[in-house]
Amino acid sequence: MRFSESFFADRFALTEHDLESYLSEALHEGGDYADLYFEYLATSSIGIDEGIIKSATEGVTLGVGVRVLSGERTGYAYSDDLSPEKIRKAARVAACIAKGPATVMRTGFETSQKHNLYPMLRAPHEMGLEERAELVRRADQAARAYDPRIFQVQATYADSLRYVMVATSEGQLSFDRQPMARMSIFALAREKDGSPQHGYSGGGGRVTLDFFLNEKTPEHFAKEAARQAIVQLGAAEAPAGETTVVLGAGWPGILLHEAVGHGLEADFNRKGTSAFSGRVGQKVASELCTVIDDGTINSRRGSLNVDDEGAPTQKNVLIENGILRGYLQDKLSSRLMKQAPTGNGRRESYQHIPMPRMTNTYMLAGQSDPEEIIRGVEKGIYCTTFSGGQVDITSGNFVFSATESYMIENGKLTRPLRGASLIGNGPEALKYVSMVGNDLKLDEGIGVCGKEGQSVPVGVGMPTVRIDKMTVGGTAA
Amino acid sequence: MSGTVVARDLEQLAADAVDAARKLGATDAECTISEGEEFSVSVRMREVESVKEAGSRGAGLRVLVGQRTGSSYTSDLSPEGISTMVNAALALAKITSEDPQAGLPEREMLGKLTGDLRMYDEAIEHLDAPLKIELAKRAEIAALDFDPRIQNSEGAGFSSSHSHRVFANSRGFVGSYRTTSCGLSVSPIAKQGESMERDYWYTASRFFSQLESPESVGRMAAERSIRRLNPRKVPTQKVPVIFEPRTARALLGDIFDAVNGSSIYKHASFLAGKLGEKIASENVTIVDDATIPGLFGTSPFDDEGVASRRTVVVEQGVLKNYLLNTYTARKLGMTSTGNASRGITGNAGVGPGNFFLEAGKSSAEQILSAIPNGLYVTELIGGGGNTVTGDFSSGAAGLWIENGKLTYPVSEITIAGNMQQMLKDIAEIGTDLEFRSSIAAPTIMIREMMISGQ
Repeated sequence: MRFSESFFADRFALTEHDLESYLSEALHEGGDYADLYFEYLATSSIGIDEGIIKSATEGVTLGVGVRVLSGERTGYAYSDDLSPEKIRKAARVAACIAKGPATVMRTGFETSQKHNLYPMLRAPHEMGLEERAELVRRADQAARAYDPRIFQVQATYADSLRYVMVATSEGQLSFDRQPMARMSIFALAREKDGSPQHGYSGGGGRVTLDFFLNEKTPEHFAKEAARQAIVQLGAAEAPAGETTVVLGAGWPGILLHEAVGHGLEADFNRKGTSAFSGRVGQKVASELCTVIDDGTINSRRGSLNVDDEGAPTQKNVLIENGILRGYLQDKLSSRLMKQAPTGNGRRESYQHIPMPRMTNTYMLAGQSDPEEIIRGVEKGIYCTTFSGGQVDITSGNFVFSATESYMIENGKLTRPLRGASLIGNGPEALKYVSMVGNDLKLDEGIGVCGKEGQSVPVGVGMPTVRIDKMTVGGTAA
Repeated sequence: MSGTVVARDLEQLAADAVDAARKLGATDAECTISEGEEFSVSVRMREVESVKEAGSRGAGLRVLVGQRTGSSYTSDLSPEGISTMVNAALALAKITSEDPQAGLPEREMLGKLTGDLRMYDEAIEHLDAPLKIELAKRAEIAALDFDPRIQNSEGAGFSSSHSHRVFANSRGFVGSYRTTSCGLSVSPIAKQGESMERDYWYTASRFFSQLESPESVGRMAAERSIRRLNPRKVPTQKVPVIFEPRTARALLGDIFDAVNGSSIYKHASFLAGKLGEKIASENVTIVDDATIPGLFGTSPFDDEGVASRRTVVVEQGVLKNYLLNTYTARKLGMTSTGNASRGITGNAGVGPGNFFLEAGKSSAEQILSAIPNGLYVTELIGGGGNTVTGDFSSGAAGLWIENGKLTYPVSEITIAGNMQQMLKDIAEIGTDLEFRSSIAAPTIMIREMMISGQ
């Protein structure tokens, strides 16, 4: 795309010369590098509850963030007003971090487009409002139809379209148009006079409404939420203590996100504050484990054509056959660590400073038949759905919370279990992986990752995996 | 868009948006406008790491056309921006359903507290950047110099913000208020041999003068990181558990979710249908009070224009009230408790005022001294409570209690129970209630919980 044809040039009468002048302003106190991040975000959402469409919302935000790097220092300011005076003012505020003679920026911009991972047939604003309403109505009806014990259903459809433009003092200019859509369904079930249990499901990606008409229907997600709620009606207390854990394919890949992904973000490793710091080349998992972070998978929730610093995303090997290979980099850390960028610089919005983040994190498939993995367990648990997780980067301890799991006794799934947290230590936990299934699956597209107050969409994936030892936080002795 | 808009202008803008919506066919409308500025600085290893300073604004509108609702928002407060927002909300109201309970609060519910609620500190707007950087540096230096085992740091940060929130509706309510807040935090890293641990401490207030000294924050953070070094993983067992105020607060957050009117009318809470029943031990009194001057959960009116108030939620173990906005109150045949909460647009949810467990009679030391063998929880990680069932399971770190004394650190364990039982098992409550955020609790001792470890 040529700059003059871009969304921002067209809509806000910006010229390349304007961008150069803002960047020069940002570097007038010195500094090594400056960039501008323009963002325009249009969102819509609609929700049904008790069979009533109770809410429908649309909105638009826009703004620009100006960043100056000087050694290890970052200066940042933003404006929700794209007038030249306001952008210049933000540039002067960001410039305060540097001290010295003005840095001269290169003139002229180069643009390159490496990926086109999420082409759109219809933009969200081209869809009728009624089409959105129909999606949540269908979800509501499908969940209720699944079983008469389902007595409450909430369904939400939300989409967004984000235009971004990043201009750097190194003369790079990148554009992207990023669609995102997601459905989520919450269902409550109860036996006559019994206590309720809930189920939750959802999915989507860098797609538009059409995805839910043609690929994964509202019924697909609704049935899954209803199924989970019904399963929970018969669930027994989860065990307490160390046991063998089998993780199902797909969403349980959240294990990788918490156990290794965060700990491999370059900011922590540059500062030496991660349990993985200084361990590149060392064994941190069993040789069955190869873990990838890949921002280039078509239409996935964690994918990006360019990261939020304008760098093309790529497929990065984090752990190869158990050996730690590398970190997830952003601009600042890759400069300071003198390592190649990996396309992992991300931010929540123009109001936020970018940092190294995951995209889609998954483990490569192994050789084992998933059923055989379960058959081989004398006593343990099999977990297929999780609600979330958290990690303490420094100690490496991580937690992830199972919402659907089953007791395994003598190689058979015997009964469903109530929710429980699982806890382990990042550099140790994957050493106990003794079998990896041939059934790699990516999640449905619902993950949100939080770090230092910033939320970004991510994906995870995993084949069925056996972990010989992990601590399960149930209540049954 | 001009830089500084005086309060009156934003109130007028909100009232005008409401009028515009009415003229175009809305039966009722409500508009929220907020503007704010934030400043934050982080320092690490004695050097400035980042400085961020900026401001932004936004407006949100919710309209009712009969019993149908539509909402919209924009960051563009120009006449065109507002006009687009109004039209979008009206168009959306055409695709939603008739909801018999949807609507604005009754006129007699609208109102605001008068008098100084101490939400705004003029000093904060005028703090200069070098002072703020200096405070963060002093806090981190205090941590780094505290002990040779503090060898690294995630840094220290000072942040401050001021904001202005305006609300107007078509039933004649127009109101606005300004708030400030500031905070200082430090996250030092302790190292000894192979063991590396991080903890943190912070101070936060609406008033600059009420912050704890940077030195005390730094020393406290360092002490907390050091005492976590070389943790053990204890065997799986059932023992008494003490939550220090920082972790007890998380339990209160789970209780808030369970008394939230939205969960109640959907039967999605283990406390639904339990009004008037004894749900907790007799020493438990839980209050929500948005009228206490100077705290983070204080406001003159809620996000629907209903005057703030004090609501006793649990009194001596008996569940007395749920926390409600107008909608959830109508669903339950009750009256709003002034707990409406929303960002800038959409239907209001339910949020806390100052939601807290009343202080008890014993000091934390006294509570500790009666425990022969148990866990003192200083950090909860992941997991938490299931509002529907009350099941609770979370990762934890802390210190092991032996013969009434804190001994060695423990980590990589979980604690679990069910909140219905945990509430009844609250044996002791400390005197150390402090309001560091809108949800607060003193030290809590629970008679018995399951610890999963080795």
